[in-house]
Amino acid sequence: MDILKLSAVDLAKELEKGSLSSKEIVEFYIQRIEKIEPQLNAFITRSFEIALEQAEEVDRRRGRGEELPSYAGVPIGLKDLIVTRDIRTTCGSKILENFIPPYDGTVAAKVKENCLPVLGKLNMDEFAMGSSNENSYFGPVRNPWDLDRVPGGSSGGSAAAVAAGEVPWALGSDTGGSIRQPASFCGIFGFKPTYGLVSRYGLIAFASSLDQIGPMTRTVEDGAALMEIIAGHDPNDATSLEVEVPKFTEEIKKDVRGLKIGVIRELTGDGIEAGVQDCFNTMLEELEQSDVIVEEVSLPSTSYALSAYYLIAPAEASSNLARYDGVRYGYRAEGVINMMELYLKTRSEGFGDEVKRRIMLGTYALSAGYYEAFYGTALKARRLIRNEYEQAFERFDLLVSPTSPTVAFKLGEKTTDPLTMYLSDVCTVSANLAGLPAASVPCGLSQGLPVGFHIIGPALKDGLVLRFARLVEELADFKLETLERF
Amino acid sequence: MISRDEVRHIARLARLSLTEAEVEKFTKQLSQILEHAAKIQELNLDGLEPLTHAVDRTNVMRRDEVREGLSREEALKNAPDKEGDFFRIPPIV
Repeated sequence: MDILKLSAVDLAKELEKGSLSSKEIVEFYIQRIEKIEPQLNAFITRSFEIALEQAEEVDRRRGRGEELPSYAGVPIGLKDLIVTRDIRTTCGSKILENFIPPYDGTVAAKVKENCLPVLGKLNMDEFAMGSSNENSYFGPVRNPWDLDRVPGGSSGGSAAAVAAGEVPWALGSDTGGSIRQPASFCGIFGFKPTYGLVSRYGLIAFASSLDQIGPMTRTVEDGAALMEIIAGHDPNDATSLEVEVPKFTEEIKKDVRGLKIGVIRELTGDGIEAGVQDCFNTMLEELEQSDVIVEEVSLPSTSYALSAYYLIAPAEASSNLARYDGVRYGYRAEGVINMMELYLKTRSEGFGDEVKRRIMLGTYALSAGYYEAFYGTALKARRLIRNEYEQAFERFDLLVSPTSPTVAFKLGEKTTDPLTMYLSDVCTVSANLAGLPAASVPCGLSQGLPVGFHIIGPALKDGLVLRFARLVEELADFKLETLERF
Repeated sequence: MISRDEVRHIARLARLSLTEAEVEKFTKQLSQILEHAAKIQELNLDGLEPLTHAVDRTNVMRRDEVREGLSREEALKNAPDKEGDFFRIPPIV
């Protein structure tokens, strides 16, 4: 049996039938990782021994005829900001290089309860700050479609690992597009759930009002399955929603004909690469032929979303990252004579440039004299953006745009100019500011590189977004060629 | 948009020490970014309340019950320096 070709859901079916063992699958992926990693650098930490133990345990329990969770035995990779007990968790930073968490985050605990063997922790931009994965202390990740290009970020390791077939599926996190943009660049499916649907307990915080964990998978069905595993209320996260988690794998099978979608005018045409726009337009035509109603909609505040985002996210980060003081855990600078020096030296040596930039940006936006003009104004703009989306959803079931204005760019192309790098998040940040569910589905190729189709839905209509994503997937009939290249 | 002295000041507030070359670099970059961010000041935001959080939830309560937390040993496991049951730090001043 060709394990590589099977989606996570299909692997689970074979496990259930007994035609594959979890150990066989885990061993297969370990070999893949060992073979491919020298080219990609998608992993920061490998946890093969733990994965094998977990797999053997699943096989033993299945052999005894025990009832197991639906996807028991299907291995997974986790972005390295999901706190895992006894597995090093670095957040892509020198400051956490040797941090071995004494507890499991809620999502990590759910992965464990569902018996998904963890193959390792995946590379990312330091503290999830970046759009190219070039800000990792552990080196950049390469895009499996073209090794001279970036995989996107900040969940670049997760995207590359799934696209190259180093893992069947993975988890990422999304603060301003960090799941969707790399999914788009690597030709896979990525989903950011409604804010509050997935617990953030044990997710290392970047911007707490925006951060959300979500699936990065080969198929929409795998994404729906992974959502069933990770979603749900958690008393350990005060922002976690007390809502029932739908059966997403059933939701995606429902009919989507007759849906009305709005194409966001401000995120199409000008500023979007021609090849990306063409690919997007072709999909719109195919959707129309499938009885989807397609109309244009203007959301004027969208043009200001990026500005608001790059004040709000750094402001929250500057506060969240105050905890890295060299006292309780993490890196501590040597040869200091007092506490002030300990803080200054530890943080200056422990953080990379992008993290320093954002901490300073946030500190500035929150400081006396600038608070109202920057942070306060950004929060009002955030309200305006959310209101505009709510109004749009009175007329449309879903809103769409390309996921990113360009295909994957070259390594080093945007590293000297931070603002240019920030602009690559233009299509994705609004969904985070408004807390809305959003997905990226591969819809074709431009210059031989994947293009992502971006779908935004109303709050808590995660099932609808997934269902529509599945239609786009069917129409696109996209082939993840990278699986066979490695 | 932002001066070198302001960059030195906010770096200090954020407990970061910068070399002169870094002050130069960050002044230029932060100015560019803030200029772009300042675009939001063009918006008419009259009558809008700030939105701090996408989910409007306040004061989430739970019972005041004793629950198990990390053991002292676990909490100290990652400490860069410790002595007995304590984190060890250099003198405050």
